[in-house]
Amino acid sequence: MAYSDKVVDHYENPRNVGTLDKNDPNVGTGLVGAPACGDVMRLQLRIGADGVIEDAKFKTFGCGSAIASSSLVTEWVKGKSVDEAAKITNSAIAEELSLPPVKIHCSVLAEDAIKAAIADYKQKKGA
Amino acid sequence: MIKTPIYMDNHATTPLDPRALEAMMPYLTSHFGNAASRSHSFGWAAEEASEQAREQVAALVGGSGKEIVWTSGATESINLALKGVADFYKDKGNHIITARTEHKAVLDTCKRLERAGCEVTYLPVDATGRVDPEAVRAAITDKTILVSLMVANNEIGTIHPIREIGAITREKGVFFHVDAAQAAGKMKIDANDWNIDMASISGHKVYGPKGVGALWVRRRPRVRLTAILDGGGHERGMRSGTINVPGVVGFGTAAKIALEEMEAEDERVRALRDRLHQAIMRDLDMVFLNGHPEHRLAGNLNLSFAYVEGEGMMMALKDVAVSSGSACTSASLEPSHVLRACGVEEDLAHTSIRFGLGRFTTQEEVDYVAKLVVEKVKKLRDMSPLYEMAKEGIDLKSIEWAAH
Repeated sequence: MAYSDKVVDHYENPRNVGTLDKNDPNVGTGLVGAPACGDVMRLQLRIGADGVIEDAKFKTFGCGSAIASSSLVTEWVKGKSVDEAAKITNSAIAEELSLPPVKIHCSVLAEDAIKAAIADYKQKKGA
Repeated sequence: MIKTPIYMDNHATTPLDPRALEAMMPYLTSHFGNAASRSHSFGWAAEEASEQAREQVAALVGGSGKEIVWTSGATESINLALKGVADFYKDKGNHIITARTEHKAVLDTCKRLERAGCEVTYLPVDATGRVDPEAVRAAITDKTILVSLMVANNEIGTIHPIREIGAITREKGVFFHVDAAQAAGKMKIDANDWNIDMASISGHKVYGPKGVGALWVRRRPRVRLTAILDGGGHERGMRSGTINVPGVVGFGTAAKIALEEMEAEDERVRALRDRLHQAIMRDLDMVFLNGHPEHRLAGNLNLSFAYVEGEGMMMALKDVAVSSGSACTSASLEPSHVLRACGVEEDLAHTSIRFGLGRFTTQEEVDYVAKLVVEKVKKLRDMSPLYEMAKEGIDLKSIEWAAH
């Protein structure tokens, strides 16, 4: 099975790999997937007082498509408001990366990671 | 400058040895006769070549050429052995014993036989992938007709104690079939000393051509089989269909070369495999060997690189052909049944990489691959949330992961 050019590009030059301080009240952390399933994504978002995502970092244990999906998502969410980011769907991710059917779960995981990170942030803010 | 891509997947298939190709050429061109044509020289030439190849292939298991049944490959040989015995001896019994780490050709054939009324025992293996001979003995009942085990495993290279098991099956009067696809031509197999009754062998795993295989079927004491294919009654009625003459000639030549060069090749490939293993272990922590440290095929190295998913790893090693126990590409998402049977946790099973070294692997390639693996594992661990958490001292098992 050949990977699409975009998957290869994100895999070889992943954007925004790294770690934000998970104890920072302005940072939301989403950890989704399971080691036993072969995919774990951690997405972290630092959100400004105006509700705009200032920074995004990821680390992913998984196949090339999982790494590419999380890398892509960090690019997409930066500069978006929390509400806009929450609207990113797995199908948009899968379409952008031309994921084959067996890899759709990678895009689902990336969508879940955004939602989980936002939920963590909102919980910290007590909202 | 090293030539890429590098082939390190010799359990999947091996390249055709140029000497085997050379032997095949006349049978693809001028000597095109049908080996079953008894009335002219074209047929005689084909038959003579096929008969010589039978002797060469039978020698892989220490048997006689008269005991060879040509097939399309090891999958067909296994199907014929299991279904053939199950049908022919159905009045004697309906119980078959095999192991959980067998190839799908055995496991799926057994599943079909179960649907047809057979009972199958799938023996467990120890952490290194070996079946305990005493477990075989304990599983045999008065309904048992066949024990089927692989000589060496295709994923982890583990070699079963076949000789000890053969002594038990012979004592109990139960037929013993071995799947020798990975082992034949790589290690000495003595069907007589080991009391093997049938052996499945593949052409393309021993540097022969694809699409040809053999089932070695013992003549004394005789094993009888119900054929799967009906037709002209070739192969003493056990496998109808015109013999693939160029195929069996290539297979025979490859078998002859494998036997002649076995000792030297075993030593060379083993040394390369150990060199690769040591180079990786020297520069990386949290790497685990799957399979048995000694009872394993010389060319096999199966390692789990904790916190680095296998398919992602293969993508990083794009110039190197290897294989992974992670089943991320399959619909089921289930990792290797072999690693799971050995008790390897699912998360570690997802991180396994199988390196299959062979006749044409060079030291230069081994050194290149070792360096690349170390570099890429470090890079991927830097991207792995699990590695970061483990380094922070978080017990990954304490986390409630959501299955997906």
